Amino acid sequence: MGLKLQPSQQQQQHHSVAVKVNEQTGTKRGYTFIQANRAWLPKFLLLWVMVMAFLSTWIYKKMDADIKVRRKEVLSSMCDERARMLQDQFSVSVNHVHALAILISTFHYYKNPSAIDQETFAEYTARTAFERPLLSGVAYAERVVHSEREEFERQHGWTIKTMQREPSPVRDEYAPVILSQETVSYIESLDMMSGEEDRENILRARATGKAVLTNPFRLLGSHHLGVVLTFPVYKAKLPTRPTVEERIEATAGYLGGAFDVESLVENLLGQLAGNQAILVNVYDITNTSDHLIMYGHQNQNGDLALLYESKLDFGDPFRKHTMICRYHQKAPTSWTALTTAFLFFVICLLVGYILYGAAIHIVKVEDDFHEMQELKVRAEAADVAKSQFLATVSHEIRTPMNGILGMLALLLDTDLSSTQRDYAQTAKVCGKALITLINEVLDRAKIEAGKLEMETVPFDLRSILDDVLSLFSEKSRNKGVELAVFVSDKVPEMVMGDPGRFRQIITNLVGNSVKFTERGHIFVKVHLAENTKPVVDAKAETCLNGGSDEGVPISGAHQFKTLSGYEAADERNSWDSFKHLVSYEESQYGASVNMTVPGETSQSVTLMVSVEDTGIGIPLIAQDRVFMPFMQADSSTSRHYGGTGIGLSITKCLVELMGGHISFVSRPQVGSTFTFTADFGRCKKASFNDTKKSNTEDLPSSFRGLKAIVVDRKPVRAAVTRYHLKRLGILAEVAGSVKIAVSACGKNGSSCGSKIQPDIILVEKDLWLSGEDGGLSLRMLDWKPNGHVFKLPKMFLLATNITNAELEKAKAASFVDTVIMKPMRASMVAACLQQVLGIGNKRQAGKDAQNGSLRSLLCGKKILVVDDNMVNRRVAAGALKKFGAAVECAESGKVALKLLQIPHSFDACFMDIQMPEMDGFEATRQIRMMESQAHEQMNGGGIDKGLAGKGEWHVPILAMTADVIHATYDECLKCGMDGYVSKPFEEENLYQAVAKFFQV
Amino acid sequence: MLGLAADRLRADMNRLLAFLFHQGILDEQFLQLQQLQDESSPNFVSEVVNIYFHESEKLLRSLRSLLMDREFSDYNRMGIHLNQFMGSSSSIGANRIRNVCVAFRAASEQNNRAGCLRALEVLEHEYCFLKNKLHELFQIQQQRVLAAGVRYPMQN
Repeated sequence: MGLKLQPSQQQQQHHSVAVKVNEQTGTKRGYTFIQANRAWLPKFLLLWVMVMAFLSTWIYKKMDADIKVRRKEVLSSMCDERARMLQDQFSVSVNHVHALAILISTFHYYKNPSAIDQETFAEYTARTAFERPLLSGVAYAERVVHSEREEFERQHGWTIKTMQREPSPVRDEYAPVILSQETVSYIESLDMMSGEEDRENILRARATGKAVLTNPFRLLGSHHLGVVLTFPVYKAKLPTRPTVEERIEATAGYLGGAFDVESLVENLLGQLAGNQAILVNVYDITNTSDHLIMYGHQNQNGDLALLYESKLDFGDPFRKHTMICRYHQKAPTSWTALTTAFLFFVICLLVGYILYGAAIHIVKVEDDFHEMQELKVRAEAADVAKSQFLATVSHEIRTPMNGILGMLALLLDTDLSSTQRDYAQTAKVCGKALITLINEVLDRAKIEAGKLEMETVPFDLRSILDDVLSLFSEKSRNKGVELAVFVSDKVPEMVMGDPGRFRQIITNLVGNSVKFTERGHIFVKVHLAENTKPVVDAKAETCLNGGSDEGVPISGAHQFKTLSGYEAADERNSWDSFKHLVSYEESQYGASVNMTVPGETSQSVTLMVSVEDTGIGIPLIAQDRVFMPFMQADSSTSRHYGGTGIGLSITKCLVELMGGHISFVSRPQVGSTFTFTADFGRCKKASFNDTKKSNTEDLPSSFRGLKAIVVDRKPVRAAVTRYHLKRLGILAEVAGSVKIAVSACGKNGSSCGSKIQPDIILVEKDLWLSGEDGGLSLRMLDWKPNGHVFKLPKMFLLATNITNAELEKAKAASFVDTVIMKPMRASMVAACLQQVLGIGNKRQAGKDAQNGSLRSLLCGKKILVVDDNMVNRRVAAGALKKFGAAVECAESGKVALKLLQIPHSFDACFMDIQMPEMDGFEATRQIRMMESQAHEQMNGGGIDKGLAGKGEWHVPILAMTADVIHATYDECLKCGMDGYVSKPFEEENLYQAVAKFFQV
Repeated sequence: MLGLAADRLRADMNRLLAFLFHQGILDEQFLQLQQLQDESSPNFVSEVVNIYFHESEKLLRSLRSLLMDREFSDYNRMGIHLNQFMGSSSSIGANRIRNVCVAFRAASEQNNRAGCLRALEVLEHEYCFLKNKLHELFQIQQQRVLAAGVRYPMQN
């Protein structure tokens, strides 16, 4: 049923995730203007096009109107010009005729006899004809009254004729032509009064005394339209203001000329530019209702829409003339306006379309963007869900796995045949591996979910490294691989950081190295990151010096100056640079006795840790994905060596969480060197002493001041040995061979003012086996009985692995006092030394007795179990009782506080974390507070001897919880707990937790 | 005769236990619990289980009353109760009840009333079932004890 429930629950979760996604996108989607009006876009485009069409039409119209106005102006100016010219020419001619009239009156009438006859007149007029280009000819007609007709006719010798060339009928007056230009000689003797127009003209002329014009009519000689100009000639001088009668009375005759208007205008226009373009008509508009045409065709088809009228004044006030101009052709369609408007329209259309396209594109891109965003949110949600799922599933797997492991442990306790036991053990190992894997996956999921927090507690880096090494010592010893650790002196003894995670990193790296290394060494080195600088300098220096000249060829093969003599991938760890580091440190150390090292004052310290191995290395192609989860060099790796490849990715994450970075150098078949940096806080001295005891195992101080000689040909290894000895306070010197060491001793022995008098000599196994032992042991034997006052140095053999035969041999040769097995750990070295030197240390002695059962640990101890759950309480009590402990129960944190009031008699407290009112963390904090108060009081007063004898109050508190994800170990430690037990109790787990505190 | 009965009872008991394990109703914690029972505390298991029943019934009652309060269901309190229930169930190894509690707690964390009601029903059903089965088991055990005279340590 529980199984059935879970899918539905998960579905709900899924559903809630989806809802969240929707909400997020709903709030995130900020609509832009374009996005909001996306439906309107085509309409906008249409509107734009229409507006632009309208605009371009308007432009066209405006331009067209401009052109028309200009055309009109051109027409009017042309017309005016023509009219003026015509008028000018006309008046010039009229003036000349006027001059002729005066000529006649002067020479014909005032002179007696007349100075002009027909011949003279003809001659004169012919010669002055150029002055009157508009007049076809001039003639003079004398005024003859009827009474004088007979005499006149007789005098001239011809009769007066009418226009029709018939003898004139009787009239009151006659105006026969007496003088005429040759061109119009045909009108001589004709009576001008007989013609209708001429008669009218004559009458008007003599009445006004000015030039007068006739209506236009067809001229006699030519068939052109023309007008006749008539000028009166007076006999006597007129008074200044003559009346009409006086004028008529004084009239002597009439001078007349015919204007051939048609040819006149034709000539005139011919002289002007733009003649073809316009059409000119001249009208006589004396009679306003009926315009008489003087020039031009009545029905000409020009541009009727546009015409211009100019007034003409030919000097006759009675007659009015006008000139009308129009264009020949209709106004041409204005292509410029049309093309301009059209181009404008097209451009606007294109612009509109481009804008539309852009808007559409924006809409599309925004849509895509939102879609992507949604997908991103979904992907992130999926990722979170994945992590959650991983965490949940891993957690769910843990529980049955614990069951399996527990049952297997139980099974192994029963009576089994060897095959069965083997099977069960295999199953257990596999289960353990699975649990480790699940833990890793959990870690990974936690890191991904950002749930992993680094704690900052003071811890001893060196002891952690020792622990890790001891974890792998068995494996490496079996393989014959040397395992060593070196921590630079400059690294502070205690640093602030996350010991658990640091341990995890080191364990991962060393574990990897152990897995992949079959020969050679694995070397962990820790130093300050700032120290790398001189190392690099040193490297450069050695390069300049022409490399190493101390290469020691052993049995033909070149020995590298690394820990084990095998080549390492990263030569930074070889002696050439290492010795510089060491010597640099020493000089620094010496120099900084009196002054603080510059780095010491700063709050944090950056450590550089490198793990070097001489394993199979990482193939070049796989090197760039080493830190990717679930990636191994190739699939065969997992078959050969096992593992999932998740470890390094976790390591990387952890290193990055510690503020550092990890890198590696690897050469296939040579080895790999992983190097990482990490930031740690410096530990204040005050807090240092407090926490030191609870967190680290103390190294015995009883070896302080001892002197030792390390006999080792490999300088790196010697440095490591020295480092461990130094930690114990032992001064060590390095000698290249036993002879040197012995001679040094001997010398020292004889001369008492010695520099060094060794208490211990440590000899590397290789060296001992390399054949020097024969002579050496002799010398040693020689030397031993020779001993003076000083103590004989104790001999130690250092070995990674040693066969029984070799051991026997060594013992038989009485060469060594004991063998120290590698990897070296300060505590182990201390134990060995202690054993041999006999320097007592109670705490150390108990170390090896750890293997006692849980029962032995718990027997007789008084333990407080705090849990609100009665069932749990009962079960826990039962379990602890089974191991012989006296159990007392408390059902809440408060009760526990009461029970733990100092003084109390409890040896340990198991505390449930999840409790109502006061949870386990809070209760622990309060207990710790109480303890520190008591401690202060004690220090201050120091009254109660019994209490003081008991040492400081620190009751071990172990957390009990079923929940692994939330209540992590870190949290427990943070609030002052000492450990962590999963609930329900598991024997091994319980043992591990309890063993820390109850050492016999 | 007596021996036969003892054997039968023992077989019955093993069958019942096997069934309970196979169905995932109990897990190995129950076995550990049984291991804790020895001469010094001959009725350890039944004692613990009785406490468990007692506590559980109280918890179930209060859970139901909390859920029945239509307007305002105190999901926090419910979570606390469920944690208790889960803790005690895992202590005696009542695996299925624990699983249901997990689901129940998830539902209550999401304030999912319908889910809670459903889970509560399942929980009550599971609880009754377990109770019956354990009573049956204890009965057999009792008979065994009677049949075998004084032979407390039942296994090992």
